[in-house]
Amino acid sequence: MKFAVIVFPGSNCDHDAYHTAKHVLGQDAEFIWHKETSLNGADVVILPGGFSHGDYLRTGAIARFSPVMAAVTEFASAGGPLLGICNGFQVLCEAKLLPGALLRNRDLKFHCEHVCVRVEQTDTPFTSRASRGQVLRLPIAHGEGNYYADPSTIDELESSGRVLFRYCDSAGQLTDAANPNGALNSIAGVCNEGRNIVGLMPHPERACEAWLGSRDGLVMFESVVGALTGTGVMHTA
Amino acid sequence: MRARVFVTLKPSVFDPQGRTIAEALHSMGYDGVGDVRQGKYFELELDAPSGDKARAMASEIADKLLANPVIESYRVEVE
Repeated sequence: MKFAVIVFPGSNCDHDAYHTAKHVLGQDAEFIWHKETSLNGADVVILPGGFSHGDYLRTGAIARFSPVMAAVTEFASAGGPLLGICNGFQVLCEAKLLPGALLRNRDLKFHCEHVCVRVEQTDTPFTSRASRGQVLRLPIAHGEGNYYADPSTIDELESSGRVLFRYCDSAGQLTDAANPNGALNSIAGVCNEGRNIVGLMPHPERACEAWLGSRDGLVMFESVVGALTGTGVMHTA
Repeated sequence: MRARVFVTLKPSVFDPQGRTIAEALHSMGYDGVGDVRQGKYFELELDAPSGDKARAMASEIADKLLANPVIESYRVEVE
């Protein structure tokens, strides 16, 4: 199966996502420049982290108008699995493919550290191999990760089980101290109504090999490979 | 024609930069300063036949790009 990693001007985690798909998972992977209009038959699409268009105006605000986004939207509308990581999550929110917005961190600081997130739902292509309540230790690196949506949208997300990840302590407890950016309800990641579009602020692609300090992110990529190929337990490097 | 667009976070959205500025002003002795909201300001040079058309174009641009309606509101002035 084939991963497409979209490259915007200013994307800087595109190689991390490509490396994970190609070398850790052993899958086909291709970079797609944002001016392209085709996804070249990709089975999974990743909008990577970074600072698309320099974060000018708002994070993700310019990238959502890139030519490739028409193909990405068409792909996701047809049910294709689409993952937005960090800046990719911000782009998905700006594109209204996911609800809400990412505000400046409440302390106005850029946070670059490992945090714990709790898996809330496993009925998506990117969380199917995880367990509910499983705590993943993943890196974050963002200045605008403070998830916000109006109260009715938050209610809808909660009641429909569309909050996929929450910041937590190492025991899985939701505490204010474990919330790095002030996100409402400690929300670190959400999905769309169709559950095939997933966005999160932490970087699972940077946590897929032991020498990186954590392999906890691997479960998300194994999930999507498993979901699309129907294979059993995967053996990855 | 020139349109000015002012974008601010909605009142319901916490503005930590505005809060920090207000606290700095208080520490400078400006006790009469209440809340401070930080925003963005855009000047658009528009090729439009009338003020109404310029306002409509600027509003459309603000809706599509300059402001995110989830978190921000905007105001347009035309001259």
